[in-house]
Order: sequence, then C-alpha cells, then structure tokens
Amino acid sequence: MELVKDIITGVFFFIGSMSIIIGACGLIKLPDVFSRIHAAGMIDTGGTAFFLLGMIVQSGWSLITVKLVLIGVFIFFTSPVTSHVTANLAREKKLTPVGKKIGKVL
Amino acid sequence: MYLAALIACGISGILILVRIILGKTTFDRILAINSLGTIIVLGIALHGFYSGRPEFLDIAIVYALINFIGTIAVLKLFSTGSLGDIQK
Amino acid sequence: MIKSFWLFVILLGLWLLMSGHYSVLITSLGVVSCAFCVYLARRAKLIDNEGLPLFFFPRLINYILWLFKEIFNSNVGTGKAIITGNISPEIFIVKSSQNTDVARVTYANSITLTPGTVTTKINKNEFEVHALNSSFGDDVRRNLMDRKVKWLEGNN
Repeated sequence: MELVKDIITGVFFFIGSMSIIIGACGLIKLPDVFSRIHAAGMIDTGGTAFFLLGMIVQSGWSLITVKLVLIGVFIFFTSPVTSHVTANLAREKKLTPVGKKIGKVL
Repeated sequence: MYLAALIACGISGILILVRIILGKTTFDRILAINSLGTIIVLGIALHGFYSGRPEFLDIAIVYALINFIGTIAVLKLFSTGSLGDIQK
Repeated sequence: MIKSFWLFVILLGLWLLMSGHYSVLITSLGVVSCAFCVYLARRAKLIDNEGLPLFFFPRLINYILWLFKEIFNSNVGTGKAIITGNISPEIFIVKSSQNTDVARVTYANSITLTPGTVTTKINKNEFEVHALNSSFGDDVRRNLMDRKVKWLEGNN
C-alpha cells in the first residue's frame, strides 16, 4: 500500500516538476510581457495543482490535507487577479503586444 | 522523492532569477517575482514534508497571502505613485 | 439575516479546521471572534450578493471539475507551444452575457486562470483577451465557457 502511494506521489511530482521547469523556461524564452504571463500562469496552475495533489496522496485524511487544499484555494483565487492587474497596467502604460489584433480592441 | 522535487523547485527558481535580472520592463520583474513567490510556497511545503514536520504548512499559507498582498501593493505604488489615497 | 448566519458558519468552520485545538476556552474564543467579524461585516455593509454569492454554491462543484479539466488541457497545450516555439500572439474582444457582477468576475478569472489566455481589459460587457496561439483564441471565441458561467449564475 505504501509502495502504491509512493508511486502515485512520484508521478504527480514528476508532472509538477516538468510543469514548473517548462514554465520557467518559457518565462525566459517568450518575447514580451503579455506572452510571459501565460508561462507564469502555467507555474501557478499546473505546478501548484500537481505538487499539492502529490502531497495530499501522501498525507491521507487529516488536518494536513485541509491545509494543503486551503493553500490550493488561495493560490487559485489570487493568481488570476495578479495576472490580470499586471496585464491591465501594462496596457494602460501603452505597451503594445507582439502579434496581430483581430477587430477593434479597447 | 521530496529531494528531487525540491531540486526541481531550485532549478526553476534560478531560471526565474535570470529573468528578474534580465527583465526589460518593470512588469517583467513583478511577474517573475510573483512566480518566484509561488515556487517558494511550494518549496516551504515540500521542505516540511521532507524533514517530517508538516507544521511548515501554516507558514506556507501565510506566505501565499503575503505574496499576493505584496504584489498588489507594488503594482498600486507603480500605478498611482502612492500607497494610500490617491492625491487629487 | 440568513446571509449573516451562513457567513458565521463558514468562518467558524474555517477557524475550527485551521486551529486543531478543541478545548472549551479556545473554541469559545473562536466563536466570539467569528461573531465579531460578522458584526464588522454587517456594519461595513459587505454582506450582499457580491460579498457572499450563495446562489453560486449548489452548482459550483460541477463547474470547478469542468474548469480543472480545461486547465489541464490548456496546460498541455501551453507546454507544447513553449517547447516547439509555435507562438503567434493575438488580441481580440469577446462579449460576456452574464447579468451580475460576480458572474462577470468569475468569467474573467476563469479566462485568466486557464494558461494561454489572459483578460487584459474590461469594459462593462466586453473583455479584451490576449491569446498565445490561434487555437487558444478559438477556444475562447467558441463561447463555451461563457455559457457555462451563465448556467452557473442561474436565474439571477
């Protein structure tokens, strides 16, 4: 039983590690602020979700699980707000994104 | 297993630090610092499990909230030039 | 009044789960502090449909499971786009059909939460969306998420 738990946790940790490393590479590689926000979103959703799932599998039913779920809820509520505010301010400061505009934009 | 995950967190933290140093605009740096905060939250939780003391999770919760408030405060300071009421 | 009661129940549940100590003195201190928080929220007039959207809760589980599936799919897509370098950013406008402010915020946050699409500006019923790739853009332009949030909102 312990072995099955360890294997599941290992798989989740592997996916989470891939997710945050690819996100960090994208943060370096992508061309401008608006594209980099997508890479940061990948770290905030994919990495967090899989690392927390792995730790939840490891801890079983206890108060620790509740605290892990609370960390997930806080990050999932606050991450889009910071992303949106950063993008909004960058637009207000007249930074033009790379790429094409479809139709009229605000 | 926890050690491998901690090493992955460290590698991506170093990659994000490169972006903080290179970053052309202020927004790049703020975005990268926010991501670094998320990775530090995960690192604190993982270190708690690695050393067998899950009480570290309380610190992780507080770090997640402070990270959000700090980012919003820096963005507000950058946008309006003051942290309190906007000067008329 | 019924909303204040539900806020008290939610706060007390959170307090009990975070605390972990259940002696009489500490639990009564928790009850007193939760009641004081509810009093402050009533005095600041924060308890309305926007501060405590109770009409969301019955359908929320279903929506969150769907959103997680969507987030996983777009995580895979964003990872592929970053590795292969297949990016062509685009920026466009979508209309939202929700009536309440809470539903509109939920829709905008859901768009931002799925990697690959970010809401950059909001003007009443129009969201300006930045997408990493034309396939992510098509996902938003199909308005599936809009209809889901409209269903989540119900008849309000």
